[in-house]
Order: sequence, then C-alpha cells, then structure tokens
Amino acid sequence: MRLRNAWVFGAALAVSVAACGGGQDKSSTAAAPAGAPAGQKVDTATAGTVQGAVALDGTAPKNEPIKMNADPVCVKENKTPQFQETYTVSSDGKSLGNVFVYVKDGLGNYVYDPPTGSATIDQKECRYHPHVFGMRVGQTLDIINSDPTLHNIHALPKNNAEFNTGQPIQGMKTTHVFTAKEIMVPFKCDVHGWMNAYVGVLDHPYYAVTKDDGKFQLKDLPPGTYTIEAWHEKFGAQTQSVTLGASETKDVNFSFKPAAATTTN
Amino acid sequence: MADGTIHQPFSHQPLAIEMLHKFAKFLAACTVLLILAGSLVTSHDAGLSVPDWPTSYGWNMFTFPPSMWVANIFYEHGHRLIGSSVGFLTIVLAGWLWIAEPRRWLRWFGVAALGAVIAQGVLGGLTVKYFLPPAVSTAHAGLAEIFFCMTVAIALFTSPGWNTRAPNASPNQRDSVVDDSSLRALATATTVAIFCQILVGATMRHTGAGLAIPDFPLMFGHLVPDHWNAGIALHFTHRAGALIVAAMVLMTSIAIWLKHTDRVELGQPALLLIIFIIVQATLGALTVLSRRDPWINSLHVVGGAIVLTTSLVISLRTWRAKFDRIEPLRRDRARSAQSALDGPVRPVGGDPQSARIPANLDVDLGTTAQRGGA
Repeated sequence: MRLRNAWVFGAALAVSVAACGGGQDKSSTAAAPAGAPAGQKVDTATAGTVQGAVALDGTAPKNEPIKMNADPVCVKENKTPQFQETYTVSSDGKSLGNVFVYVKDGLGNYVYDPPTGSATIDQKECRYHPHVFGMRVGQTLDIINSDPTLHNIHALPKNNAEFNTGQPIQGMKTTHVFTAKEIMVPFKCDVHGWMNAYVGVLDHPYYAVTKDDGKFQLKDLPPGTYTIEAWHEKFGAQTQSVTLGASETKDVNFSFKPAAATTTN
Repeated sequence: MADGTIHQPFSHQPLAIEMLHKFAKFLAACTVLLILAGSLVTSHDAGLSVPDWPTSYGWNMFTFPPSMWVANIFYEHGHRLIGSSVGFLTIVLAGWLWIAEPRRWLRWFGVAALGAVIAQGVLGGLTVKYFLPPAVSTAHAGLAEIFFCMTVAIALFTSPGWNTRAPNASPNQRDSVVDDSSLRALATATTVAIFCQILVGATMRHTGAGLAIPDFPLMFGHLVPDHWNAGIALHFTHRAGALIVAAMVLMTSIAIWLKHTDRVELGQPALLLIIFIIVQATLGALTVLSRRDPWINSLHVVGGAIVLTTSLVISLRTWRAKFDRIEPLRRDRARSAQSALDGPVRPVGGDPQSARIPANLDVDLGTTAQRGGA
C-alpha cells in the first residue's frame, strides 16, 4: 500500500512539474508581438526602417601596430606600417565603424526568405576582409585565401561547432554553414596571430555593420517594438528600444565611451 | 686486490653500456629541446597553426616544405618534428636497453618510456583535433615532464656512478651508497611537490590564467589578492607553491650538506638545485613583469623541468641502496658466470647479507654484454 501511495505521489509531482514547465512556455510565447503569428512573412508594404549612427564620445585608443615580419610574404604584401582595425573611426574621430547593429528582440515568429547569396570572408594581405560582418543561420560562408601564403581560419563559437581549416594554397576556397544564431563568432588565424574577425550569425535579415561614418540602416522591418543592439569588439554592447509604426522610419543613435573598452590579456 | 676483493667492480663498464649511457643522456638533452619547442608553441599561441594531425596542411609531416614553415607554423611544425625525432630516439633506446641491459626492470622501464612518448604523441594529436582542451593540453604538459624524468632516470641508471661503489668505500662498508630514510622521504617529497607545482603551472598556462594576477611581487597591490576568481586562485596557488617548493628544496639541500658532507653525488646536484630554483623564480617573476614574453615564459617552463629532474636525481640517489634489492645485475649475472662461482665475494649496498659480488665481475659484465650483441 505504501509503495502504491509513493507511485501516486510521484506521478502527481511529475504532473505538477510538467505543468510548471508548460506555464513558462506559455509566458514566453505571450511575449511575442501580437502581429507576428507563426509562419507569417513580412508585409513590405507596411514595413519601415530603423536607422541611425554610432558615435564615439571621447578619443578612441590607438590601434595596436602589427609586426608581420614573422612571415616574409605578409611583409611583402604590406609596404606601409600596419595596425589593428579595433577602433575604426571617422576622420573627425566622432563616429565609430565596425559596429554590428542588429535587431536583438521583438521580431516574434516571422519567417524570412532564405538568403540568396553567400557571405564571404577573404584572407588578403594577411588580414581578414571584412573585419566585422553578419550572415544568416544556414547561409553559406565562403572562406577564401587570396594570399600567396598559408592561413588557417579558426572559428571559436560557443553555440555553433568550432572549426579550424587550413588553406595552404593561394586561391583556395572552402565553405562553412553556421547552424545556430550567435553574437558574435570570433575568427582567428593561428599562423598569423594578429588576424582576427567577427561574424554575427542571425536567424533574420535585420543587421548592419557601420562604416567609418558610424551610420547604419535596418530596412523592411515590420511594425512592432524592437530591441536594437550595437556591438563593438572592445566597447561591448548597448541596447535601445524602438517602436516602429507602419511604413515609419525611426532614428536610433548609440554613443560609446572609450573608457568602456574591455581589456584583454 | 691482494685479498681478492675489488672496491669498484663497475668502474670499468663495457663499451656497450657506456655508449648506452651516453645515448640516454643525448635523449634526455633532446627532450629538453622538445620541452622548449612545446612551450614555445603555447607561448606563441601556435598550437592550432597547423590545423590537421598527423598530417601538416595535408602533407606528410616529414615532407611538408620548409618554405611553408612561416610565422607560428615554425613553432608547431618544429615541435612535431622534434617530437617525432625524440620518439624515434626512444625506440632506439628501448631496443638497445632490451638487447644490452641485463637488468630486467630497466629493460621494461625503457619500454615504459617508449609507451610514454607514444602516448605523448597521441595526446599532442588530440590537442589539435579537439582545439586545445585545457585538460588534454595540461595532460600533455604533465606527461612531457614524466617522460623527461624517465629519460633522465634511464641515463642515471646506466651511468657509471650509479653502478659504482664510492671510490673511498671500504669493501665491507655498508654505506658505500647513502641509506638515509629521512633524507629519502624529504627528497622524494620535494620531487613530488615540484611535479605538483609544474602541474599547477601547466593548468594555469592552459587556462589562460598566466596574468590573472598582473603584478609582482605584490598581488593587486597587496600581499594577498583582494578579490578572487578561478584564474586568480590558480595563479595564487602557483605563487604560493613556489614558496613551498623553494623551502623544501632548501631543506633537502641543507640536510644533504649537514648529514652527508662527503657525498659528492648528492652535494653537487643539491647545489645545482638551489641555483636552478633561484633562476626559475626569477624567470617566473619576469614572465609576469614582461607580460608573458614568449621566450621568457618558455624558459620558465624548461626551468621547471630541469628543477624537477635535478631533484629527481637526488631522490633516486637517496633510493640507491634500495635498488640493490631489486637489481639482479650483480647476483644473477654473477651466478650465471661459471668463472665467478669460485671467486671471492664481498658485501655490497644496504644489504650485505643478500648481495655478494664476485671479484672478477667486471670481466663477467663485459662478456655478458658482448653476448647480448651490444
């Protein structure tokens, strides 16, 4: 009889735990925008734009010089002194480039057309081009070695599978597909320690990377309330909330202070 | 010799044994180079600069064009080549021991060294295949020290000094080798402590905690860190461990100098150990102050290995008397030599009753070595 009671108690406990879990799922679903039912595509007729700029409030630290003399080919490819691209700023020093801006939250369950082309990262003149970029989950990443020297491209993601691919021959091209969204996936070349890049992998198309002028645009956003995040490799990330009406264009501006730079050893 | 006894029955080792000893020393020296190469790989963050294993960018390791050994590949590929060479030399040493060495346990010890270097190669490959997981990388570093200890031990076991009575020992002097249990315990504990300290250092190194405490000699401006995390705790443990190891080294050396003043085979390495530990502490401090300069950092790793093996040599010599009980060299080979059966004998080592050496054993050794084909 005691054993039977124990089974009943255990079953009741299991049901109650499952019920608690179900409740959490429901609340998560409820957080999605009302206008984003599952499987619906974005109506471009009512879509708007979020645009803005990333400013630098202060003086950017100097980029670290790069010594390429460990590889004669890299020296030959670069006649002028080389520096890291950590702090890419406008000529007046007030705008910040290489900032990855994207919609972090608020899109709900929209579905998007699969990306048509592939993203590309090129190893040229012993640097990665581009230094910061974005791509979609499931999109093909073309990895190219344009240098007449060896490179390995080593991705260090946390949500995706780590990979390290050698490209010893100039003109080699390999591909990779990320299967999960991740902000950000660092790349490094273990041969040339100064080479590094970052890719933001998203399950939607609303992302941009600022140029030297700090400007960005996120087009074709459906009406809704969104969290926009701006990420910089040293200054960290900032978020802002914006509500976009039908066919509206809203400005969202970010400002980073150099003192916020994270140190790495 | 008039009474038929000899004081240094092993002073004239057969040529094959002498060559074997020299070869073992050569292997130990090559292992130092290998440890330096390995530490340079980590110091330059070059562990994954050759992304495939056992091939190198698709080439066979030994045909990988030198023109491609650029930047960090030089360190990683160089480490692989030196490692392969040490592996090959270890095969030769194990084979040589198997053929020429009369002590069975030492023959098997050579096989164990070969197994260790093979395991070390596999661990090295796993570090590449699995993107330098700290546990595997630390095991790779730890096994490197163990293998180095094995090569040094083999060099010691095959040395004339190991197999020779003290020159001034009388025929019936029991203490022709040191048999001091307290020194034995202290020296062994010191060696174990050094090895543990190296493991902590390797863990610190492979988890990126080398500069978790960025200043020296203070720690965040204090004698003890004012805040903690896993990296700081690990780094602090390594610094505290250095003090403990230094104290133990000092105690061992003082014990040797006080109790065994006339024992050169202990006194000399004890002095060297003190010198090495000072150099090693200096290199450790400079590693922090230079913000982990790759060469200083790597020399610190090599210094640790040298401190460890110096202490190991002292420890093994304090255990020398115990080896008389397991070494069949004298007894078995003496028994197997027909001519030795009638020769006069004398007590040796720590057990004068059980171990007896025929007077003409040096001749017997030479005969046996030739028979072994060495």
